This record gives sequence, C-alpha cells and structure tokens, in this order.
Amino acid sequence: MALSEQNFGQDTAQIRAPARREIIYRHSLVVRLTHWINLLCLTLLLMSGLAVFNVHPSLYWGHYGYPGVPTVLSITGRYDPETAQPVGTTRIGDYSFDTTGILGVTYDSEGRPRPGAFPQWATLGADLAIARDWHFLMAWMFVFNGTIYLLFGLFSGHFRRDLAPASDQLRPRHIMADIWNHIRLRRPRGDAAKRYNVLQKLTYLAVIFLLLPAILASGLTMSPAVTAAFPFLFDLFGGRQSARTIHFVAANLLLLFVLVHVVEVLLSGAFNLMRSMITGRYVVKPDRTS
Amino acid sequence: MSRIITRRRLLTAGAATAGTALLAGCDRLYEALPTRPLLDFGQLLSYRAHRLLLAHQPLVREYTLDDLSPDFPSNGTAMPDGFGYFDLITSNFANWRLKVDGLVRNELSLSLDEIKQLPARTQITQHSCDEGWTAIGQWTGIPLAHLLQRAELQPEARFIVFHCLDEMNAGDFYYESIDLFDALHPQTILAYGMNGAALPIRHGAPLRLRVERQIGYKNAKYVTRVEAVDRLNAFGRGKGGYWPDRGYQWYAGL
Repeated sequence: MALSEQNFGQDTAQIRAPARREIIYRHSLVVRLTHWINLLCLTLLLMSGLAVFNVHPSLYWGHYGYPGVPTVLSITGRYDPETAQPVGTTRIGDYSFDTTGILGVTYDSEGRPRPGAFPQWATLGADLAIARDWHFLMAWMFVFNGTIYLLFGLFSGHFRRDLAPASDQLRPRHIMADIWNHIRLRRPRGDAAKRYNVLQKLTYLAVIFLLLPAILASGLTMSPAVTAAFPFLFDLFGGRQSARTIHFVAANLLLLFVLVHVVEVLLSGAFNLMRSMITGRYVVKPDRTS
Repeated sequence: MSRIITRRRLLTAGAATAGTALLAGCDRLYEALPTRPLLDFGQLLSYRAHRLLLAHQPLVREYTLDDLSPDFPSNGTAMPDGFGYFDLITSNFANWRLKVDGLVRNELSLSLDEIKQLPARTQITQHSCDEGWTAIGQWTGIPLAHLLQRAELQPEARFIVFHCLDEMNAGDFYYESIDLFDALHPQTILAYGMNGAALPIRHGAPLRLRVERQIGYKNAKYVTRVEAVDRLNAFGRGKGGYWPDRGYQWYAGL
C-alpha cells in the first residue's frame, strides 16, 4: 500500500488497521535521514570536541586566556601530595568540586587512575591533530545536513505545519495543562498524539533556531581565518575565549536536550517512536475517552 | 502483536551484549575504516572555503595597547639548544644573518640591523593556539611581502618555507611554510620586536613569523632562512612543516 508523503497532523493516510488503532505517516524521508545523520555528526562532534577540550581543560571569558588567567571553568587531575591519592577537581568560577572518577581523574577498565578532564572512552582522536580533523569534518557534515533540513523544513511546510505551535496550543491554559501532563508523565493519545505537544514544539524550535546556530557561530569564532572575514563575530560573543566558553556551554545544553529527548522517547513508547523515525509509520493509540 | 514482542525481546537481549562490545567494536570499526581520505577531504573543504571567504584579503582585527594580555605563553622551543644559538645570544645576534633564497632572482643576506632599517609594520593581534588558549601581543617587523619584493620572486615560486634555528630532534630543525596567498598579506610580517621591546628569546629571537590568519604553530620562531619554492615535498617528511609532518594540518586557519 502506497503511503502518501503527507506529514502527520494533516490528512493522514490510513492503513487498514484494527479498529481504533490508527497508523499515520509521521516523518518524511528527509526528516528521517537528516535526523540520523545529525545524530552521527553530533556524537562525533561531541567526542572529538571533548578530546580537544582535554588538551587545554580551562575556559575563560574575553579575548585572551591561558594558564594563569582566571578561569570560568577548569577541570584538573593531580595526586594529592598528602594522601598520595589521585584527585579530580572541577572548578566553576570560585566553586570547587571533587569529581574524582568522573572528571579530572578517571579509572580505566583495570582500575588504574588516568588523568584527563573527560574520560578517554568519551573522546575521539588519538591526538589533537586527529581530534581537530574529526571535529572539522563532522562540522562540515553537520552544516550540509542542517542546510538540507532547513531548506526542506522551509519549503515543504514542515516547520509551519509540524513545529510552529498551533494557536490553540499557545493559550496559557493549554501550556499549563501540557506542563502538568509532562509532570505526571502522561502521554497524549488519539488526535492529540498526531501532533507534537507545545513544550516539544517550543523545545525543537529553540534547538533548531537558537542552540544549533549558536554552537556553529561560536565554533567559527575560534578560527582566525573566519574572524578575519567576519570580525563582528568577536563582538557577538565578546571575544574568542568567550566564544569558546559559549561553545562548550551550548554543547552541554545540546547534550542535555538529547538526554531528555531519549528519556521522553523511552517513556512514550520507544518501539513505536523508533519505528516512526526509521520507517515513518507511527501508531496512534486511541483516545482514553473513545 | 507477538511478532513485536519477539522483536522487543531480541532487542533487549541484544542491547546488553552490544553494550559491552560497543567500545571494543567502535575501536575496531574505527581502525578498519579508511578515515584518512575523509579527514583530508574535510581539510580541503575548510581550505577552499577560507580562501573564498578571504579572497578580498581582509586584515585581522588589530587591538590597542590597553588590550595586551598581561602575559604571553611561550609554546614549543623557549631556548634553542646548542652552542650556535649560545654564541648568537652572547654576541647579541651581531653575526646572525637572514638568508632569502630559493626561487628568487636576487638572493639576500641581511643582518638584524639591516632588517630594522627596512620599512616596518607594528600590529597588535591575537595569537590562537590549536590547544585552545589565546594571547594578545604587539609585533614589530618587516612585511614579508616587502622582503620578497626585494628578493624578486621567480614566477614558479608558490610557497615560502621558513627554516628555523631550533632543533626539535637530532637533525630535525623546526620549519614551516605558507603559500603566497598568506605570504603576501600585509599583516604577514617577520617580527623582531614584541610589546615595544626586542623579541624575547622564548618568543623566537631574533626573528619570527607572524601569519595572523593561521593558528599558533604556523608562526615559526627563530627564523633564519626564507626560501621560495614551487613544492614542499623536498623538506622534512614532505608535509610542509614540523607539525604538519607529524599529522597536524598544513593549512591551519581554524
């Protein structure tokens, strides 16, 4: 049976299914492909980024920053001279945290302590040169993939139809109800499950149009060639070191988004959602009232 | 329905096994994949894109004296080994010469004083290390373009190689190279002054390269010879620089 290339929320193509169980075509091919390519890019970008960070695990604010300049964040590993025990320390502003085993000092599979801001298993690239190569290659792939997605989203109506909140979703009462539903871990069913809920839409829009552009622009600000062409990037972020710090914070926010995204998928029917992002087909459970 | 449950069970069982095998598997996959050509392609994309962005040869941002960083880290060599450099310091670089040769019509051999008589440029710029730190310094020196004009480049010349005095390993002296696109840029200078004083030893005395649109290691210190060439494969391991020979990007604008 041929499925039309319509997205959910609109004239959904139905497949012969048991009564009250409806199968809709939820994700177009472009959305599915760019989603998984994006996952690959962001995973390798994060891992190679952590490898680069490990070479100089300090963040600063302003135009310059080097050992001796006050840090916004730093992660260090050393042996405590008194106890002779390895200690990992994470410092954020004036606050210090003992993060031995997680950050600063981690233990390998044989239990040996290993210095390094982030554990080796989380990094990609045997040395700085390879890590940088990976980071830049994946950045290109991320940009190409993102451009295809943006163009598609704009011209296919994906943004307007699927991501822009509908007027009824923007009423304060609806938003409060949606927040309450999230707190109770209650998932929408029936017609409500055929579109994204409003918190989901706003989060996707913030990630696509704020967080990802910010991470790209702050990354570009670290390049002396790019800032020669676009010096306003320095003013936008307040300096190369500020851009580096913002790049790091944005990467953490993105990781937080991905973790919440995955938890939501697990809570909302992982199999159904996974299938919909692979085949496009999504099963809508009947309304409780029906 | 039963089909789905079976598949689900399969997935759960598989996930546990996959979890433990994942890390080792990743490593093995990584080694099996022909990643080098991919990474080289990424480098080429960045190089081409930057050349497009910089086609109008903009200057990098210049700062004021108020913006100077209180300190400026010295990376790589801070004091070249050997009696040769020892003697140069002792004589205050009186016997030091800069050679300009290779594909030029007019070979030059200049003393430090002679170089200081030539037109000079002073610029306050940001230095960015590939490790992630940055510092702001003031540099005074002779624009490389002026030096090359005096030496009269031959038409075949495509790259400028900078030979340095610091020996990294036995017989392995630091060197770097840039193409004419960067060599002729007005902010590409050979600096003999830093922050209003003579270039300190740890920053490459008596002469270092400033190539402001590229990162740290391209800015070769202790430069003693400038050679115009048509290809880079005759030097070191053929990649155009001490660090490029060891896997680092030759074009380092990012």
